[in-house]
Amino acid sequence: MNAMVKAENVHKSFGHVEVLKGIDLEVKQGEVFCLIGPSGSGKSTFLRCINHLEKVNAGRLYVDGELVGYRQKGDKLHELKDSEVALKRRDIGMVFQRFNLFPHMTALENVMEAPVQVKGESKAAARERAGALLERVGLADKAGNYPSQLSGGQQQRVAIARALAMEPKLMLFDEPTSALDPELVGDVLDVMRDLAETGMTMVVVTHEMGFAREVGDSLVFMDGGVVVESGNPRDVLTDPQHERTKSFLSKVL
Amino acid sequence: MTVDTEKKGPEDTPPSAPQAIKAVPVRHYGRYVSAVVALAALGAIVFAFAQGEINWDAIPEYFFDSRIVGGMRETLLLTVLSMAIGVAGGILLAVMRLSKNPVTSSIAWFYIWFFRGTPVLVQLFVWFNLGFVFEYINLGPIYKDEWSDFMTPFLTALLGLGLNEAAYMAEICRAGLLAVDEGQTEAAHALGMSHSKTLRRVVLPQAMRVIVPPTGNEVINMLKTTSLVAAVQYYELLRNAQDIGQSSGATVEVLFLAATWYLIMTSILSVGQYYLERYYARGSSRQLPPTPWQKVKANMLSLRRPEVAR
Ligand SMILES: Nc1ncnc2c1ncn2[C@@H]1O[C@H](COP(=O)(O)OP(=O)(O)OP(=O)(O)O)[C@@H](O)[C@H]1O
Ligand SMILES: [Mg+2]
Repeated sequence: MNAMVKAENVHKSFGHVEVLKGIDLEVKQGEVFCLIGPSGSGKSTFLRCINHLEKVNAGRLYVDGELVGYRQKGDKLHELKDSEVALKRRDIGMVFQRFNLFPHMTALENVMEAPVQVKGESKAAARERAGALLERVGLADKAGNYPSQLSGGQQQRVAIARALAMEPKLMLFDEPTSALDPELVGDVLDVMRDLAETGMTMVVVTHEMGFAREVGDSLVFMDGGVVVESGNPRDVLTDPQHERTKSFLSKVL
Repeated sequence: MTVDTEKKGPEDTPPSAPQAIKAVPVRHYGRYVSAVVALAALGAIVFAFAQGEINWDAIPEYFFDSRIVGGMRETLLLTVLSMAIGVAGGILLAVMRLSKNPVTSSIAWFYIWFFRGTPVLVQLFVWFNLGFVFEYINLGPIYKDEWSDFMTPFLTALLGLGLNEAAYMAEICRAGLLAVDEGQTEAAHALGMSHSKTLRRVVLPQAMRVIVPPTGNEVINMLKTTSLVAAVQYYELLRNAQDIGQSSGATVEVLFLAATWYLIMTSILSVGQYYLERYYARGSSRQLPPTPWQKVKANMLSLRRPEVAR
């Protein structure tokens, strides 16, 4: 069982609009898995299904061998209770396009919050680990700053530290650099690159083709709610096989 | 401030510094006229009252009368306790209204509809007169008493004001909760926080920024509304003042006196509100607004600075 995420024919609709029309893919343990595709193709929606921020309508989605959001009893599916869903989310870190740091807490408090409140870690221990994590993302000197006193790139690095504080086995990134000024993108990508080197399993929705090519182990091109093309990032990006992939890449590269 | 712009190194002094502009400022004649009119009106009012038969000496005489001070204590106590019920109930109702459970949200909707839709004075009278409907209050083995012994004027006033206030606070709190970005809830859930933890640690503290200013209004309103409970035999500031007025014959004078005390109390509350808002603004702007004292200090410094530099 070395698939960290496994999607089998995953469907998702909002009302009458079907956004995911049968996604099949597999993210292996320890790999950096990049998701690319045009706006509205369902990348964020799929990512949010992985930690059950959205409910899958049909198909099966597994994280680390366990069904997401449901429990199978015989041939019936039972919805998980909120507390059970929360328990599973502890192991999945998520980084958002717009950072979503808690504005009323300092950088350090943001990182400490979940270990203390969710895991019941002692404040002293959590503070120590939070300090170390901020150092790891290069922000040891900004621990006392509120998010509004940080640049976008710094905020995103705090957000990564906050997710790592729960010691997840899987990290989800939803366009982590899209809201950043170009000169700040590098810092965030560096942190992600370091993280990849530690063997963290990462699913990354991105428009940074350079990052996908250098760091990615697999890449999937999505369009209109389906996987159009997948494979090794270097192959797909340099020699796309499908028309739609070609035309998308010609626009973004 | 002027010093900073004038201080330049010898190298980068431009050949000819631009001359400071000395222009004739725009004259605001309207301001002078309106000030004169306002002063005249104020003078006329003061004159009219000075002419009237008012025994001004009665005001200082009774200003610290024990009945006045005691009444004020009751007024403040009632304000604080009713607001406490109002805020706690308001948050609860707001959360209920926003909940996905249709039963709880309709209960909250009905409560707000009822208590906001009827005058608070009517509600007070109803609480007061429930004794005609229920002879006894019977909470099984826990508590049993005659209704009139249980429903003291104090409890009547407290329930009447507090439960009514909860309906208003519910709407204020709901607006506050809705003002918090959904991304905040998502981020908290993604970290594995439960609904209640998310509400308590992430959403409510941010909603407070929106909730506090109108709540300050509500407190001030409540302080004044407590004067209504004289109607249910509760003796607070106004009621005691009126009693003094009747026994001493200084009817109008004690009303001025009461008004003065209400003004003093509401002014103190406004200052408290300022500091509370400042507390909940932390992290929302790059710098907190200065406290009045900090402002005074800063002004004094900026006045002194040119001399220091010279
Ligand atoms: N909560 C929702 N309710 C209704 N429609 C939604 C909702 N969330 C997303 N959608 C729709 O689903 C489609 C896919 O959205 P999604 O955010 O997954 O796209 P995306 O690939 O992440 O695009 P982008 O690159 O712009 O972020 C869009 O057409 C969007 O309008
Ligand atoms: Mg998206």
